[in-house]
Formats: sequence, structure tokens, C-alpha cells
Amino acid sequence: MKLKKVMSVALCAAMVAGCMTTVASADEELTWKIGGIGPITGAASAYGSAAMNGAQIAVDEINAAGGINGYQVEFQAEDDEHDAEKSVNAYNTLKDWGMQALVGTVTTAPCLAVAPLAADDNMFMITPSASAEECISYGTNEFRMCFTDPAQGTASAQYIGENLDVTKVGVIYDSSDVYSSGIYATFRTEAENQDFEIVAAEAFTSDSKTDFSAQLQAMVDAGAELVFLPFYYNEASIVFTQAASIEYSPLWFGVDGMDGILSVEGFDTSLAEGVMLLTPFSADAEDELTQNFVATYQDLYGELPNQFAADGYDCVYAIATALETTELDPSADASAISDALQAAMLEISMDGLTGSGMTWSEDGEVSKSPKAVVIEDGVYVGL
Amino acid sequence: MEKIEKMKQKNLKSNLITYAIVIIAFAIMQVWQISGNLSSLLSGLLVPICVYVILALSLNLVVGISGELSLGHAGFMCVGAFASAFFSKCTAGIITWMPLRFFLAILIGAAAAGVFGLLIGIPVLRLRGDYLAIVTLAFGEIIKNVINVFYIGLDSNGFHVSMKDQFSLNMEADGQIILGGPQGITGNEKCSTFLVGVILILITLFIVLNLINSRDGRAIMAIRDNRIAAESIGINITKYKLMAFTISAALAGVAGALYSHNLSTLQASKFNFNTSILALVFVVLGGIGNMRGSIIAAVILTVLPEMLRFLSDYRMLIYAIVLIAMMLINWSPKALEWRERLLDRFFHKSAKEGE
Repeated sequence: MKLKKVMSVALCAAMVAGCMTTVASADEELTWKIGGIGPITGAASAYGSAAMNGAQIAVDEINAAGGINGYQVEFQAEDDEHDAEKSVNAYNTLKDWGMQALVGTVTTAPCLAVAPLAADDNMFMITPSASAEECISYGTNEFRMCFTDPAQGTASAQYIGENLDVTKVGVIYDSSDVYSSGIYATFRTEAENQDFEIVAAEAFTSDSKTDFSAQLQAMVDAGAELVFLPFYYNEASIVFTQAASIEYSPLWFGVDGMDGILSVEGFDTSLAEGVMLLTPFSADAEDELTQNFVATYQDLYGELPNQFAADGYDCVYAIATALETTELDPSADASAISDALQAAMLEISMDGLTGSGMTWSEDGEVSKSPKAVVIEDGVYVGL
Repeated sequence: MEKIEKMKQKNLKSNLITYAIVIIAFAIMQVWQISGNLSSLLSGLLVPICVYVILALSLNLVVGISGELSLGHAGFMCVGAFASAFFSKCTAGIITWMPLRFFLAILIGAAAAGVFGLLIGIPVLRLRGDYLAIVTLAFGEIIKNVINVFYIGLDSNGFHVSMKDQFSLNMEADGQIILGGPQGITGNEKCSTFLVGVILILITLFIVLNLINSRDGRAIMAIRDNRIAAESIGINITKYKLMAFTISAALAGVAGALYSHNLSTLQASKFNFNTSILALVFVVLGGIGNMRGSIIAAVILTVLPEMLRFLSDYRMLIYAIVLIAMMLINWSPKALEWRERLLDRFFHKSAKEGE
């Protein structure tokens, strides 16, 4: 019993020492400190790692080019395991580290927990990919790089209504995912203004995302000519494979999460032939910026970057671009930087991987237009 | 008679030490926080620590005192969390004085979890050992999944409930979605503070320790130690088991209420099998039936993964290794023996030097 007590005391002491040391080591050379939060482990790790890797590439590039206002940038990514509670811990860890601006959080549910704290602290934050509307509604310090769910749902419904000759539309969506059900919600609202009808809407959850035969059968029974798939490419690849096995081939329409479908391992890309999607980023784009980014990313991490990586990359550049319009140096505190950045974000116009001429409005939303692309002969072709 | 008196005094002393540890720890953290030296990470962890301490204590009541293995405790925490957050969200405009609303929310969370504990306990507690463990596991998952399919909205006409999606609610324009299926409850006001957490820990301790040292508690432990003997002297097995289980569920509900009022978002997916197992790990590491140990274990295991953040990718690996090491050092018979020898030698030596 005694040793147990001694041990627990020792452990506590070690922890305390651990917290104290972080405070002591400041002030060697001034650097900007940008923090990142996303799921690096766990079920959603694909998204978090990609965003953090993308952000790291941007930081490296900026540093190689001389930093921001002449000062180098440090980037630290913390893991939140896609858990709201862990995300708050990650945020506090970064605050102890001396974070001056936050790229995060990557996923929506944790973002809803972190955003009120960031608003209280007046910590500048720009989320690469948390797409629910409320994520950045807590303060003027909060911005977003991706489209909101409403923007995507509405744009998809409008595109289908205006450009495609279909009357019966089916939807399959992930009800356990805020992103997916958020897009479905606005798609459905906008569909009422368009001249097509939603004949079937089938949900799945993250616990049941390996078998879609029931949902597909419902689409067949309802006679859907086009199926809208507002979710990520991993599940979509299963949908396409299973649809092919029951010889069901409607028009498929996806959103930005669909981008990446062509790089799924073991997936027959001919099944994705003719799939349409709205996306801000595709790894096959021909502009120099994208090609450089894709090459660097593949060198460093050995895979094709998805839109999360591009969003993370653009977030860091947005912070850098906004900071460069100010005269600040890294000795300013986070709140002063946040004030300056809030003002600067409304002024800047930025060309990035996920859009050109991006501007931000006062509510923190980005304005850029989604590109509709279709998969033809295994590559994305703009429509 | 004298012996019993002595035992009572010993118990009382041990209990007072436990209360004192909690109060002293609270005082130290409070001073530390006021002096401004506490890192944001630790001050952010204070409330979660309280949540997990309460959860560990409540589970220890079932596992340690009543001797039944429950693998579904996160389910009761989930009920408490959702019931209390639901109440807070609905009454945010009606009861404007936050402390009162929070107090009522905690009571409702505890009551709801207690009722679920009772309802689940009636069929489940007829089973023993492994069977009971598996059934509680299943119930924990059922609770999580049931909450996942409910959509509840509130507008001027009252509540709307749907099990399909938020459009089937057919709400008026002023309607507000309170429970959004798998997306849970969002936009909760942060009410939980360290002070409230510590008060709740003390209340939990008071309930649990008094139960253990009461007539009922002795009956519960008698059932644990020898069911047949207990039955033969006329102890109502089902009643006492159910009592321990229900109280434990209600306390887990308190932990849930504290949890749900600490974050602005609440999803049922958090209360999965892993959370139940985590609670069980607190109990086993701290010592089955040992309340003080549960508190210490819950604190260490909540803080440890956060303190290991500097290891980045290796964090969870190292955490697991540390966990195994702690279990071995604390509980393997050989390690206990070695520890005793080491202590013996150490004290023997120092005693000699003292001469």
C-alpha cells in the first residue's frame, strides 16, 4: 500500500513537472506558433492526418520562403481522436504551448466543443473542414475554409435541377455523420424548389457502413434515376461495387467527400465511370500549384492528397496571407493577433488549392464556387 | 462488543482520510489555479477528472461491493447525460437562474439513470457472473443505439418526436431541434465547474461509504461473499442486489450530467463499450472494493494520456504499456512480494541507522 502511495505521489510530481517545463522554455527566437487539431488516430484519422499533413507542407513552404513578416512558423498538430472531450484537451495543450492561431478542428463534433472556448479566449481559428453551420457561430474570430453543408446541398440540388434531365432522385446518407446529414437536409429543402422529386431517402450509420444492399434495393424499387450520395469516398466505393453486382446503374451524384474515389485501393475505377461530383479540389488538376502540392505530398506521405489535405494547406496560407497584411510580429499575444487577423481576413483575396480568388465574409464563411466534375475514363473532367 | 467498536472507529478513520484527500486535493488545485500557474490543460481536465472519479466510484459499488461485473456502465452515464442535457436545453428560457437549472438537471440525470438501472436490473440481476457481464454489455449498447435513432424537437405546439429524420418532426418555423439523433444535443451551456464536481464527488463518497457501513451494505457484501449462506439467513438477495445496482446507476447518471454540462456538444457515440471498459479499468487498477484507490486510479488514468501528448504517435502505445506496468506492479503477487521485501529492507536499514 505504501509503495502505491509513493508511486502515485511520484507520478503526480512528474506530471506537475511536465506542465511546468512547458512554461519555462520560451523566448529563444521569436516564431509564429500555429496549432492544429484533428483526429490523427481512431476511426476518423484519415481526415485529420491528411489535414495536418497538408498544413505541415504549407508551413514548410512558408518557412523555406522566409516565413511570415520575416519570422519562421512553428506548427504543432494535436490529436483529438474525433472526440469532443479530447479535442478540448488538445486545445488546452496547444494553448499551453503558446499557440497564436488555430487550424482546426478538422471534424465537426469536436469543433462544436472547441469553438466556444476559442471564442472566449479570442483565439483566431480557421477550420479546414468542419462543415456544420454552427461550428463558427460562436465569435468573430472563427473562419472556415470548406463549403458549409447548406452551400453544398443547395448547390447540388440546383445543379441537378438545372442541368440534368431527371425527375426521380434517391438519396443515401450517413445519419450518424453531421456532414452527411447536414448536406442531405439542405438538399432536401432546395429540392422542393426544383423540378425533380426525392423518391427515396435511405440512411445508414457509421456502425453499418459495409453493406448497402438494403438501401440500394430501396432505390431500385423507387425507380430513382439519379442517386445523390452525400458522404465520403470509402463508403461510396462499396456502394458502387454493390450496385454493379445487382446491375443497377443510375446516375450517381456526389459531393466533395467523393473526391478520392479514384485512389481507393482495390476499387475497380471503371465502376465510378460517369459519377458526377461537386468538389473544390481534385488531385488531378493541371495547375502548377496543385501539381506541386500533390508531388510533395506523395513524396512525404506516399499517397494522393485528398481535399482535407488541400483544406489544411489552404488554411495555413490564409493565416499567412492575412498576417502579412498586418505589421505584427510574433511577440504579440494571441488576442491581439486574433483581432488583427479578423480584420485582415475580410480584406484578403487568396488563390489556393481549393479555389481561386477566395474571400471571407464577416460571419467567417468563405466564398468560392464548387466545381462540378464528372469521372470519364478514370480521370476527373470539368463540366 | 469492544472489537466492533474498534472496527467502527477504524472504518470511520479510513473514511475521513478519504474525504480529507478529496478536500485537500481540491484546495491545492484551487490555490494553484488562483495563483495563475495552473496550465490550461490541467484546468481544462479538472471537470473531466471529477466525472471519471464519480463514474469509478459508482462502478466500484457494483463490482467491488456487490460483486457483480457490469460492462455497461457507460450506458447509465449516457442516460444521465442525455436526460440532464435535454432538461437544461428545454428549460433554458424558463429557469433563467443557471445554478438552479443545473441542480435540477443533475437530479433528473440521476433519477433517469436510476430508473433505467432499476428496469434493467430486474431481469439482469437474475443472472450471475459472466452472463450478467455480457447482458449488461448488451444493455449499454442498446441504450446508446436507442438514443441514436431519436429526433426530438420543440416548438410552440410542444414536443415532436420522430425516429426517421429531422424533417419528419413537422415543426413550426420557430421549432428548435433538441435531440438530433446521432448528432446528439448541441449548444449546451457550460455549467460544470470544479467546485460542483468536487461537491458531487463528496456526495457520492458519502452515499457509497455510508451504504457500505450500513446494515444494507453488510447484507450486500454478505451476498457477494456467500450467496447461499446469505440466502439461508433470510437476506432478500434480489432486493439488495437491485439496491446496489440502482444506486450505482444513479451515481453514474450524476457523472453523465456533469459530463454533458461541461461540453457544448453531446453525442451518444461517446458512451460506447470503450468508456465502460475504461471505468472498469479505474476500478480494477484502484482495487476492487477500494474507494480511495478508485479515486486515485481515475485521476491518474485521466491525466496520463494527456501528459503523454509529447510522444505524439506513440502516445496510446506508451499509455497501454504504462497501464500494464501499473497493473503488474500493483497487483501481481510476485510484485507485491518483491515490494514488501524492498520496503522491509529499506525500513530495516533505516531503523538500524537510527540506532
